Amino acid sequence: MKLILLFISAAIVNNFVLSYFLGICPFVGVSKKVSSAVSMGMAVTFVMVIAAAVTWLIYHLILVPFGVEILEYVSFILVIASLVQLVEMFIRKVSKPLYDTLGIFLPLITTNCAIMGLALFSVLREYNFIESIFFGIGAGAGFTLALVLMAGIREELELADVPKHFQGAAITMIVAGSLALAFMGFAGLISI
Amino acid sequence: MAKKVNSLKYEFIKGLWVENPVLISLLGLCPTLAVTVSAVNGLAMGLATTFVLTSSSIIISLIRKFIPHQVRIASYIVIIATFVTVADRFLAAWFPPISKELGPYIPLIVVNCLILGRQEAFSSKNNSGRAILDALGMGSGFILVLVALGGVREILGSGAFFGFTILGDWFNPWMVMILPPGAFLTLGFFVAGVNWLNERRAAQ
Repeated sequence: MKLILLFISAAIVNNFVLSYFLGICPFVGVSKKVSSAVSMGMAVTFVMVIAAAVTWLIYHLILVPFGVEILEYVSFILVIASLVQLVEMFIRKVSKPLYDTLGIFLPLITTNCAIMGLALFSVLREYNFIESIFFGIGAGAGFTLALVLMAGIREELELADVPKHFQGAAITMIVAGSLALAFMGFAGLISI
Repeated sequence: MAKKVNSLKYEFIKGLWVENPVLISLLGLCPTLAVTVSAVNGLAMGLATTFVLTSSSIIISLIRKFIPHQVRIASYIVIIATFVTVADRFLAAWFPPISKELGPYIPLIVVNCLILGRQEAFSSKNNSGRAILDALGMGSGFILVLVALGGVREILGSGAFFGFTILGDWFNPWMVMILPPGAFLTLGFFVAGVNWLNERRAAQ
């Protein structure tokens, strides 16, 4: 039961994009078309779950026993960067169609703060291994949800008559603000 | 090389407005939006980022000729992460309340695309003098936006500025401004304002 609550909390109540502001760059950059938003969301979720597992293992099996928690940031970012490379090579070998869909989005994930944020939050909140993985799945689902919603709105926005100075990034921010306002409605639903 | 060489002064001031990292290039949005609940937080975040940006720019511009091209990004990230650890420990030791409030957003400076972007676009191609000026300029531009954003949100959201109450009891605080939606809305209006100003300047 706790795991389901954790999933819902990460996906909806404390949405990574709309209430923690993690992963804003792809949120603004790759949210012009619904199809690419779905691919990006899938790629991020995939890497997130693996990164959650690997960084948990590294932190609790290497950094803590040897008393070198000070290397937390350096090791996490290195692990994430190499993980993204590995996942990219793995997908290219195993599934060519999937690689073609995710292709260009994979390298971008390295500097996606959502992945790093996930790893830091798991350590900060002292999740156990299974909880970290569920947290990763939930955060990935929440990221995908926010990205796809945003892309849907922006496709409609193409046809709207936006005031000249608000075109581009400005209106995207205002729309994101309205979305965040809607998601605030879930606040307090679950407290974990 | 036919590339135009900018004056040293320009390397510094371009970060303030013409190439402002947040308002023009939209880099480093995560910390910009997340920590600007108050002007103090914005200032602390801006200073920490500027410290990391400047220190890593110095190191990277000094060793730029020794870093193999294929592993340059990984090397930059390790250097940046080292300085972020320094900044994080410094804040935790000297300013515990601020460190607590900014929480995981200090370590997240590692993945701030503003820093990696400047290393890739500038420090890896220029000598350290220019790199320092560029980093300080970009950092100041970043601080400016963060403090302005934090200031606006703090005044409207809690009727105070840098912790001092400036609006009296008659003022009913706009709660939404210190909640996440307020960050997006304020930044949206900032960007639109910049578009308007720049166009007016171009028209003159």
